[in-house]
Amino acid sequence: METVLALAIGVLGGSGIYLLLRPRTFQIVMGLSLLSYAVNLFIFCMGRLRLDALPLIDPRQGGEPSLYADPVPQALVLTAIVIGFATTALFLVVLLASRGLNGTDHVDGREPEKD
Amino acid sequence: MSIWAHWPILPIVLPFLAGAALLLLRDTRLGCRAALAIAATCAQLLAGGVLLAMTDGWGAASWPGGAGVYELGGWAAPFGIVLVADRLAALMLTLTAALGLAALIYSLARWERAGIHYLSLFQFLLMGLNGAFLTGDLFNLFVFFEVLLAASYGLALHGSGPLRVKSAMHYIVVNLAASALFLLAAALIYGVAGTLNMAELARRVARLDPAGRGLFDIGAALLGIVFLVKAGAWPLNFWLPAAYASAAPPVAGVFAILTKVGVYALLRFSVLLQDVGAPAPFEGAWLFYCGLATLAAGSCGVLAAQKLDRLAGYLVIVSSGTLLAAFGFAGTTLTGPALYYLVASVCGSGAFFLLVELAERNRSAAADLLAISFEAFGLQDRYDAENTYEMAGVAIPAAMAFLGLSFFSCALLLTGLPPLSGFIGKFALISAAIAAQPHAPLSHVALFVAALLLSGLAGLIALSRLGIRLFWESERPVPRLQWVEAAPIGALILLCVALTFAADPAMTFFEATAQSLHDVPAYERAVLPTVEDAAGNAGRSP
Repeated sequence: METVLALAIGVLGGSGIYLLLRPRTFQIVMGLSLLSYAVNLFIFCMGRLRLDALPLIDPRQGGEPSLYADPVPQALVLTAIVIGFATTALFLVVLLASRGLNGTDHVDGREPEKD
Repeated sequence: MSIWAHWPILPIVLPFLAGAALLLLRDTRLGCRAALAIAATCAQLLAGGVLLAMTDGWGAASWPGGAGVYELGGWAAPFGIVLVADRLAALMLTLTAALGLAALIYSLARWERAGIHYLSLFQFLLMGLNGAFLTGDLFNLFVFFEVLLAASYGLALHGSGPLRVKSAMHYIVVNLAASALFLLAAALIYGVAGTLNMAELARRVARLDPAGRGLFDIGAALLGIVFLVKAGAWPLNFWLPAAYASAAPPVAGVFAILTKVGVYALLRFSVLLQDVGAPAPFEGAWLFYCGLATLAAGSCGVLAAQKLDRLAGYLVIVSSGTLLAAFGFAGTTLTGPALYYLVASVCGSGAFFLLVELAERNRSAAADLLAISFEAFGLQDRYDAENTYEMAGVAIPAAMAFLGLSFFSCALLLTGLPPLSGFIGKFALISAAIAAQPHAPLSHVALFVAALLLSGLAGLIALSRLGIRLFWESERPVPRLQWVEAAPIGALILLCVALTFAADPAMTFFEATAQSLHDVPAYERAVLPTVEDAAGNAGRSP
């Protein structure tokens, strides 16, 4: 499971960074989204991978910490998802404004000159 | 719990409530909105001032070590999030509120109406700034960074226009990528050290095994990169001049303190981690050379700048570089003078950003741009239709004299020439660097002094060149100023003048601030009064 997760984070993060370095705004949005998936998975796995472990205390099982998954990264990842979602939405608006004002989707607001 | 104990939360709650209330008020109720925004910002200034007095032992003597700790939700430190109002935080809060008030009053002249939700975004920006200065929790710091960044995205776009959208887009992308790095860093540090509380982190790092320590260093390096991006350190600052130059003047004015948030965070973490051997970006030598490179790059930009607004952006980079180099300098004697320099340079560059548009009025296409944005947002409300902004208010006599004098004062402040506080700040920095000589390598001292003097010279050349072009231009109608525009600039410069006259008590205060900042055990005791140093086990349980 560790290998699968590590591969997923690596592929998502790598593609995200590749797209982030592309010159079109839509590619950047996609890159930022992929990067934030990678980051969110990374935060999640920082609570260590556990199968069938609750993050909340179950009264029947008692308060022994080793029975439970670490709840903090799960809380962090929720916050990160919400913030990432909001900023991506905001960036989409800026993308559309830039497209509308300049008539091009290049990040510099104009097409590069062709040789 | 007395009312004083709740005081540290005020700088966050006040702008939050004011910003939310401003959303509910109609755009046409200009007076009401302006009054609410000004009242909220004044209240923040008051809250900051009172916190500053309280950390000095006034009112609530029960704060141990001069640091007020506020437990959010009543959860004690390692489990809950705490706000820590120590002297440095209180100082930054007061400075933010003062600068925010000046920029806010300036923007009421007309910029407030150039787009929607300006006043709310402004309050949320102040909330993010205040929170970032107050928080004692790493992830909470991220959240407040996001609050201030989200507000700053909106403000950077305020007024719209192709140029603004383009540079704001670059600003947003760079900061979103930096936020992703911040999350990686916070998660990695939590995964290794098992805590997000900054005071507990400082304790736990010392007990990490070598493997964990390596991972922690990677996390800290990522975190340092994020802070360096915010601080505008070379080579992570290419977005800065364009974003600041194209932002509306009052927005750029308040952005003058945004880079200082990065500097503040770097300083806070490097002090907390110095006892355990701070990892790369927080460690002295790194910070020092990074600051020197920033100074050099900023000075080149200053010399190359052809327009005042870009010049102002590069001057912000120069001041960031000076601060980074000073904080990275061996020993702790430079921290006090550096804080003095920070306050003087924030006020100076804030005033300069506000001044730029006034000085270039009747020259540039700024008015055309504003007219376009008014149309784009359909904001020609009744108030605007009745009074066009060019004619609103009373024109100040001798406008050019005021502009010239302000420009001259800003130039003195930003280049560090006598007699204003910029000079005192730089002089104190240089003399402290020379006095630190037996401990610090001679090459560092020489490099630092040379960099400081040369960057001042570059600023002087650029400012006088542009000043001549600006003020000795003959065929130019005298710009009309309003009191609301001129007063904030005058107030910020007067603040610097006051800092000059009160240099002795001010420097004593900044030295005391630096001393309490470097007293890490007192900070830890204040945040974690019940947790014994030896009690916690090393790292986290698997």
